Amino acid sequence: MTISTKNSCSIHTRSSASFELTIFFLPSQISYNYFSHFLEKKKNKQEMEKVVKLASENGILIFSKSTCCLCYAVQMLFKELGANPSIYEIDHDPAEGKDIEKALMRMGCSGPLPAVFVSGKLVGSTNEVMSLHLSGSLIPLLKPYQPNMS
Amino acid sequence: MNSTSARFVPSKRMGICEPMHQMAMWDFKGNNFLETSPPSMFEIETNLDNLSEDTSHGTVGPSSKYDQEASKSDDKVRRRLAQNREAARKSRLRKKAYVQQLESSKLRLIQLEQELHRTRLQQGQYVGGGIDTSQLGYSETTNPGIATFEMEYGQWVEEQNRQISELRSALNSDMGDMELHIFVDCGMRHYSDLFTMKATAAKADVFHIISGMWKTSAERFFLWIAGFRPSELLKILMPNLEPLTEQQRLDVSNLRQSCQQAEDALSQGMEKLHYILAETIAEGQLGEGNYLHQIGSTIDKFEALARFVVQADHLRQETLQQIYRILSTRQAAQGLLAMGEYLQRLRTLSSCWSSRPTEQT
Repeated sequence: MTISTKNSCSIHTRSSASFELTIFFLPSQISYNYFSHFLEKKKNKQEMEKVVKLASENGILIFSKSTCCLCYAVQMLFKELGANPSIYEIDHDPAEGKDIEKALMRMGCSGPLPAVFVSGKLVGSTNEVMSLHLSGSLIPLLKPYQPNMS
Repeated sequence: MNSTSARFVPSKRMGICEPMHQMAMWDFKGNNFLETSPPSMFEIETNLDNLSEDTSHGTVGPSSKYDQEASKSDDKVRRRLAQNREAARKSRLRKKAYVQQLESSKLRLIQLEQELHRTRLQQGQYVGGGIDTSQLGYSETTNPGIATFEMEYGQWVEEQNRQISELRSALNSDMGDMELHIFVDCGMRHYSDLFTMKATAAKADVFHIISGMWKTSAERFFLWIAGFRPSELLKILMPNLEPLTEQQRLDVSNLRQSCQQAEDALSQGMEKLHYILAETIAEGQLGEGNYLHQIGSTIDKFEALARFVVQADHLRQETLQQIYRILSTRQAAQGLLAMGEYLQRLRTLSSCWSSRPTEQT
């Protein structure tokens, strides 16, 4: 990301965990923009980490909304398959709900809800779950977490 | 050897000997026999001998003239046979290449024909043909998205009918798998097109799509979220296929089960949506004339409805894809034919029913 203004100052940053910056001259406006951007990036990282943490703590995790009927449909499917998924209702989380939704979108979830994680990895939204199930690949994924394994 | 200048030679050597003979007559080693008095027989014989030795291409000293000639003739025969073999081989290769070229051109031709039909459809050159008015029903709509969809659907049905009869004649004929494959691919893409059309139309007016007003009445009876039931599809297909292998049977049974489970899940989701929508519209009725504040939340639910339509179509698409994967080309063609005929039958049933003479009271 490069910000340059008429005052011919440039700031270079690299969007990775460690920020590399070259500061020649810092008018206050630019410093504000830079820091707010920096803070946003940090928050995004935090949300992403929270999502990842939640996913790794639960074998099967579904991010859902209590009002979303498609999320409900996916939950029903998992119950039908004998799995017992953990449901995280993001509308019951006033503080971070929205951010989690944004983080899920950034992770590539086309929905973004419902977002299904199995074994800490993102499986996807309804489309992906359905495709997997029809091709017979969903049940093997769930096998380790089914309470009554045949 | 004869005394005349026409030498008697074994017939095998005729072709080669005649030029030799002529060489002997004219300009042979600078001597012109015709001008000079014919040399004695012996001389001519010797000269011919010399000539034949010269032109024998390195046969080293066969003792008698006949041996020489025999081996030479053998050589020539062998050489001719070899050349013949070579020529025959080359000719066979050329023929093979030509036939292959013909085959691929034929495939390409079929492909192009199909594409032509498709593009003609998309450009609306079939406009106005065959849109059954009994299907339109709700056609007095000011929604341009829906009007477009109705027209496109009419064309889709026409194209579907054409593809069905093509498939039927293809299966009855002796068509190979390669060509059948093209027809199967075409059929699959046709359904894909329908799902795309429906997704666009659902954004314009989801209730029109989900109520199935664009379908015939008999089809509407079997409607499940704006289309056919995927599990129903499997039931229709199976009896019409040629025998399945063990592995195929297993795959189909698994597919049937997962299809049913996915369908049930979506159905339950729809029920919940139904319930929530009803509640949202019904709440705060008594005494409140103004329901504007509810519009916002209901708009969300209507969008959720569109998502369900898309999801149901996705399930149909995936089921078709899995069937395509499991079955052989011929079986897939039979399946597509069976399904197409089933839908055709429903449509015909509807028009028969709607045009039946009503009883006079």
